[in-house]
Amino acid sequence: MSIFGKDEVAISKFAASMPLPVFELTSFSQPVSLSRAKIAIVTTAALHRLDGDGFELGDGDAHFEKLPRHARDLAIGHHSVNFDRGGFAADINVVYPIDRLEEMRGAKIIGDVAENHYAFAGNQSDTVSEIRLDSGPMCAKAMLGEGVDVVLLTGT
Amino acid sequence: MKEVAERMQVPRALHTRFPVGLSLGKPKDPEFQRRVLQAAFDLLQASSGPVLQTFAETIASTGGEPLTCPLPPRLNTEVHPAVDESQALKGAYERACKKNGRTSVGMQINAEEVPEAISRLVEIGAGESWDSVGFPEGSLYGTVHDIRSYYEELACELAEGPITPWSTEEWFYEQTQAGQVILHARRVMRANDVDPAVWFGLAPAGRE
Repeated sequence: MSIFGKDEVAISKFAASMPLPVFELTSFSQPVSLSRAKIAIVTTAALHRLDGDGFELGDGDAHFEKLPRHARDLAIGHHSVNFDRGGFAADINVVYPIDRLEEMRGAKIIGDVAENHYAFAGNQSDTVSEIRLDSGPMCAKAMLGEGVDVVLLTGT
Repeated sequence: MKEVAERMQVPRALHTRFPVGLSLGKPKDPEFQRRVLQAAFDLLQASSGPVLQTFAETIASTGGEPLTCPLPPRLNTEVHPAVDESQALKGAYERACKKNGRTSVGMQINAEEVPEAISRLVEIGAGESWDSVGFPEGSLYGTVHDIRSYYEELACELAEGPITPWSTEEWFYEQTQAGQVILHARRVMRANDVDPAVWFGLAPAGRE
């Protein structure tokens, strides 16, 4: 029996069978040019600061953690045993490329790095309704309030 | 996951053929990560969507260079080898913690409690009932998560060479005394018809 996390075919089949909400209308917008854009990261890796509460076990935690730009004291709340967490242990940028964004800002490839970034837990209810209707819009409002132009969404 | 992005009609998605846990690619390889980010940002130039493109480079889940990470010699013969090992590695864990300013240990126990937790797992492997060795109800999963995190973080501090996909997990369960203790305790609980909810998540599915 293969180890699930290493079995790309099994993972692909799992992804294809996941129940997902259906949207009749989907959005597509055109942001400002990258060199003028303020970028924020939103990750579903359930990152949280060491002095924070983190995320609850199970599929019922739809809240988000705010990660200040300067924060590097981050733990990964995605603790599924079937995920390889060694990469994150070595380098947070594999799921949260904050240092890479700062470098791109320094090189003027991007306009700016947002002061705050956000983390959700990727394991959610089948309808994802709590995030769609509540915490997601709240997070979006916070980012709009800060003038974020582009969101980089990363998984675990 | 590509299938999810397609079905959800995500406005702009970069599909990466990397193992789960490595969204941006290779750890400690800023050049590689920058290439992934630039490819993602290039999608912003599309004037209509949804757009889904596949990143050209791949990272295989298997076949990578095994982790080269030394384990300490036996020091304290009065305790189980796995307990001795975890105690001997504490310095490396603390260095990793201090250098990186972070740790994912803490879901259930802290780093100081790792040796004691391992000794309880030894008892389970020796036939003691899992709920009689001192683990609070529902704590075993989180405790093993913390033990594994402890080891994986110190391994990144000690390792020579790259951290390839799954190499820290393989090193933990296949090379360390602690990993072997966990697997043995898991097998014993399974053989004793303990509820799978207690033991199944102590190692990746498929690991015996």
